[in-house]
Amino acid sequence: MLNKTGLLAASLLACTVFAAGASARDLVIVSNGGTFQEAQSNAIFKPFEKKTGIKVVEDTWDNGIGVIRTKVEGGDSGWDIVNAESEELEIACQEGLILPLDIDKLGGKDNYVPGAVHKCGIGAAIYNHVLAYDKTRVSAVPTWADFFDLKKYPGKRALRASPKTNLEFALIADGVPLSDVYKVLSTPEGVDRAFAKLDTIKSSLVFWTAGGQPMQLLSSGEVVMTSSFNGRVTNAINKDHKPFGIVWDKSLQTADSWVILKTSPNVDKAYELLKFAGEAEPQSHLPDVQPIGITSAKAVGMIKPDLLADLPTAPENSRDVLQIDDAFWIDNIDALTARWAEWSAQ
Amino acid sequence: MFKGQRGGLLRSYALIAPLFLFLLATFLLPVGMILWRSVFDPELRAALPATAVELSSWSGQGLPPAAAYTALAGDLRNVDGASLASLSRRLSYENPGFRALLQSTKRKLEAAPAGVTPDLATLDPQWRANSTWQAMKRAAGPVGTFHILSALDLRRNYETGIGPARPGAALYRSIILRTFAIASTTAVLALVLAFPLCAFLARQSDRVRNLLLLMVLLPFWTSILVRTTAWLALLQDRGVINTLLMEMGLIDQPMKLLYNRIGVITALVHVMLPFMIFPLLASMRSIDPRLFRAALSLGATPLYAFRRVYLPQVMPGVMAGTLMVFVVTLGFYVTPMLVGGPGDQMISYYIALYTTGTLNWGLASSLGLILLVVTLLLYAVQNALLRRSGVGVR
Repeated sequence: MLNKTGLLAASLLACTVFAAGASARDLVIVSNGGTFQEAQSNAIFKPFEKKTGIKVVEDTWDNGIGVIRTKVEGGDSGWDIVNAESEELEIACQEGLILPLDIDKLGGKDNYVPGAVHKCGIGAAIYNHVLAYDKTRVSAVPTWADFFDLKKYPGKRALRASPKTNLEFALIADGVPLSDVYKVLSTPEGVDRAFAKLDTIKSSLVFWTAGGQPMQLLSSGEVVMTSSFNGRVTNAINKDHKPFGIVWDKSLQTADSWVILKTSPNVDKAYELLKFAGEAEPQSHLPDVQPIGITSAKAVGMIKPDLLADLPTAPENSRDVLQIDDAFWIDNIDALTARWAEWSAQ
Repeated sequence: MFKGQRGGLLRSYALIAPLFLFLLATFLLPVGMILWRSVFDPELRAALPATAVELSSWSGQGLPPAAAYTALAGDLRNVDGASLASLSRRLSYENPGFRALLQSTKRKLEAAPAGVTPDLATLDPQWRANSTWQAMKRAAGPVGTFHILSALDLRRNYETGIGPARPGAALYRSIILRTFAIASTTAVLALVLAFPLCAFLARQSDRVRNLLLLMVLLPFWTSILVRTTAWLALLQDRGVINTLLMEMGLIDQPMKLLYNRIGVITALVHVMLPFMIFPLLASMRSIDPRLFRAALSLGATPLYAFRRVYLPQVMPGVMAGTLMVFVVTLGFYVTPMLVGGPGDQMISYYIALYTTGTLNWGLASSLGLILLVVTLLLYAVQNALLRRSGVGVR
């Protein structure tokens, strides 16, 4: 009997200690791991710790709005700041899973490049869906119109196995100005037009699903052109010395954002970290490891010119790009995915 | 005596209890929870509770009674952003315009002076359309058939009955058919390849057989991803096979072996072959070879003896192997994704897409449910056929 009581007391005590530990826990920041998070850790998290003395604990995740829902549902579960993709940001914000941010506490709107400031998130990394091509088989810098022109450059092309980004590319190739792409795509005729354009090269299309595939398809000679994330192309050119080219004009841009979970007990510390993360000096070190597009407007001028040339935020790379419209895709992804599946299976 | 028996029974229950509880917690419960999502339709009821009640009692024909309009106006004023966002997502499965409609109606209602409820029909003409209200009624929950019907390309119309979800829609039905076609082709080809091999292996000495089996086992122990990627290297336009054939002058143009059905079936048969070989070999080794010789000595032709003596004895192995390959192939994901084209993706690809990509869990679990039901049906049919022919699977 005594034993049982003792056990109960001990476990109660353990619970109290655990609860106390949880309420005064360290600041936890969650990103995507790999060299991406390594870059963020070296440029931001560690210098922040050194400067402020606030301990930062790192965790990683593989994205998914369901994960955020689960983390928030039962109260604080150990995460404060999360590196979220743009759709997760949009949905989590609408569902009230993350806190609306006070931009003035983060250095003000002008501190950031356009498009990096959202009601509930602040830009963490910018990346583009670009056109990449094999220089040995495509003589001049191609456009999206060339991508859809089988006569000019024969050979197969690769696109991502998803309507998202491809419908935009098809309309751009069909002559729709960047500013009108989503206006056109919001009409049934616009969707038909995009699919009709895709029809013209359907016989020569190969589809990729994982981010590493486009460069593999180019390397093996399977395709002459492909869509790809910009970082993969830059790495293939700089590290693997492949004869590939990257086209920044008419590329589609999107951003990962830092968000603060609504259950975070460390909101003040989180703001402090995010303010630091938005400053020019730490941001200027982000691209040292990986070509991450930075979000601080002032840091752009501080980056070494040879690194800057490969970033989405370099002036000559960002002069003619389209921001992916997440609100459009959240509304239309189901209907267009079904249509895409039907189209691609025919 | 009776007491002792009951004690034994209880003891045996107690013995299997851990396994049963383990299965319950790690298999039955999660599967049940996922399948529950195929009929669970809670978003509208959570966001617009009074409207949901009105919609449930409305017949779905013409326009709903005035009470439904009043309920909707009241609900829309009270609903919080999060619930409205979830509802918009749910209704966008039917019509992407619902988010804009709900948001703008809510804004206009809030802009109206206090105490005055404007007529919804004047706020937006869509509220005068039967189709708008039908879509709401289909989502009124808490349980409904919308997701399951969607997974069969069907939709329930309260005026005209169940019909196609979109004109000419047959997306998921064709994907389900394609999945079964790929799985059965794989099973048959694996059987054709494995049968002579197993017959050969069964006649070898233990030493030789074990050595040869090792060559089956080595690829079996290799990750599926690695084996599939190897096929990429072999089959692509400038891959090993095409380069070899072109240099030998047998073909001028590379053959299309990748990103189509040929590639998928080739890679799948290779991956699944061990699942066929092991049960088949086991049943062939258990056969007494003297029976076949006895049949020959009694005057049967070799073909007759094969058909009437040998085949019935290996039939359990054939059935077990075929069923194993068929069922495992049904759920394949990574191999068709890497070596197949968009027309070769199987149902698991779409389940994964809707689970993690678009977060349409209702549709994902409905597709899973259909796959499960059809598989169980086929299994039952096969079992019944076997029983009639007098050969059990086990």
